[in-house]
Amino acid sequence: MSRYADMFDRLNGQGAFGAFLMLGDPDLETSARRLDALVEGGADMVEVGIPFSDPVADGPVIQAAAQRALAAGVRVGDCFDLIAGFRQHHPHVPIGILTYANIVVARAGFMSDAAEAGADSLLIADVPALEAEPFVRDMEQAGIEPVLIAAANTPEPTLRRIAELSSAYTYCVSRAGITGTHAGGQFDAALIHRLTAAGAPPPVFGFGISAPEHVGAALAAGAKGVICGSAIIDCAQRGGDLREIVRALKAATGNESATQ
Amino acid sequence: MRLNGRFGRFGGCFVPEILVPALEQLEGAFLAAQHDPAFASELNELLANYAGRPTPLTRCRNLPGNIYLKREDLLHGGAHKTNQVLGQGLLARRMGKTRLIAETGAGQHGVATAIVGALLGFETVIYMGAEDVERQKLNVFRMQLMGAQVVPVESGGRTLKDAINEALRDWSASFETTHYLLGTAAGPHPFPTMVREFQRVIGREARAQMLDQTGRLPDAVIACVGGGSNAIGLFADFLDDPVRLVGVEAAGKGLDGEEHGATLLRGTHGILHGAETYVLQDEEGQIADTWSVSAGLDYPAVGPEHAHLKDSGRAEYVGCTDAEALAAFKALAESEGILCAFESAHALAHALKLAEAEPDSAILVGLSGRGDKDVTQAQALLA
Repeated sequence: MSRYADMFDRLNGQGAFGAFLMLGDPDLETSARRLDALVEGGADMVEVGIPFSDPVADGPVIQAAAQRALAAGVRVGDCFDLIAGFRQHHPHVPIGILTYANIVVARAGFMSDAAEAGADSLLIADVPALEAEPFVRDMEQAGIEPVLIAAANTPEPTLRRIAELSSAYTYCVSRAGITGTHAGGQFDAALIHRLTAAGAPPPVFGFGISAPEHVGAALAAGAKGVICGSAIIDCAQRGGDLREIVRALKAATGNESATQ
Repeated sequence: MRLNGRFGRFGGCFVPEILVPALEQLEGAFLAAQHDPAFASELNELLANYAGRPTPLTRCRNLPGNIYLKREDLLHGGAHKTNQVLGQGLLARRMGKTRLIAETGAGQHGVATAIVGALLGFETVIYMGAEDVERQKLNVFRMQLMGAQVVPVESGGRTLKDAINEALRDWSASFETTHYLLGTAAGPHPFPTMVREFQRVIGREARAQMLDQTGRLPDAVIACVGGGSNAIGLFADFLDDPVRLVGVEAAGKGLDGEEHGATLLRGTHGILHGAETYVLQDEEGQIADTWSVSAGLDYPAVGPEHAHLKDSGRAEYVGCTDAEALAAFKALAESEGILCAFESAHALAHALKLAEAEPDSAILVGLSGRGDKDVTQAQALLA
């Protein structure tokens, strides 16, 4: 069973809390410490960005994080090393990569390097279901679970395609636009129903999750989890304790005792 | 999608899932409009009586060889850009959109979009790198005069590619009401196909004008390539003819260094701004900074159809340095009394080389824009 499937199993109905950080932001050492802090704060799954110079799906906070990492000279190989370090410290916590197509196609063996480092999944922000098949084939061959994005405006045939192609979880965007804390999400129960009917992997909401009430609303809409990115990076930038923000957001995922 | 959106291995639709329905809607509107006589008649009326088509074909009287200029510099707006913004503007209205967004480098496409925004009554927002806003104050004011809002983009290198990133970010939140009026034959499907079809008029007219004026097809057809819209528009109707097609990229300060915009000559396979194509990038896939004296050629990707024409060998691509382009700009002004855009001067520079080697060849050059926008820069560079 995959680490994601294990995690959803273990949570037994309680919502999964996913925390996102940009790898190498602001440098490799700090980045490694922050990844540990996410787990210490109670994150059930960790999502990590590999920085790209032109991240069109990201808002200002994640753009700036990628720029800081690139300015520090962080390379794709360094990112895999960070993932490998994480995997050693946290053998059971699923870790997924979020990046852009050009980073993936530029490196021969990207998928197998990611798998070898211990990554569990890969989401490529600018590869929609329409273009996903060759990427998914490579991921499956390497033993990485493909994650695709669904939104309220995604039509039925595409949701069915997402169900066929992906595993791990389905990344549901809670609103149109880009990542960031500038706007809250609309946690669309209809999308969750449509995904469930299509047989898609467990729906997890991202975009616009920055406060406990967003977590509650997303789970109330039927999601199996949430992913929070910009608010966590923001907190780190302001010198805040990542364990605390993760703990506060995780606390909104439901009955703590369900995991005991 | 109904069309496959591929040119050989290049092209495709590499955008976040949220934008796919907007691109499908655009493809649908474009295909329906292609079969709607009312659309064609309104577009043709605007092209003729608003924009000034057909544009002339001018034989150079004093430059060496047999060089013919397709005069898109005489089009309303001062460049070929107007052809396709009128087409996309009408499509946007057809889709019920009320707002246009566009990216611009030096400001030519921004001005063209502001023109169509004013003409057809759209709210218009132009994303422009903060660096470019500083350098091109006059074009910023032109856009504002026509009612467009110009948003300086502070992210990344603060130039054209960052303006495209920002326009895509806007569009992923605003597609319900907004059309992204992309400025060239690049980006995700259906833009490369749609923009080519709206620019095809350049080559269709030029082909007929060559036959009319000379009784034969040209030996070579030459156009500059940044994103590649004027070149693909000029080439499209010659693809099946026994005619050399030559695209000229910005070799900037030289192809051996890093300060150029020669994507097809020096780029490698990648995916940027929605399309699989040639990209100027480092070995890890981070996008490179580009350079050209002409802002319109200063772009790290290229339209996917050019990538295919290069790989299939149907078209050849060469470079022309800043210095060569400036010399051609000056020669055209002195010999023919025409101030062309720095972009177009790249095509002319290669035509002059070819004319020297083959004085009897008939050479058709796409003179994609007029040089007024470049006069201040020319003054600084040539003085």
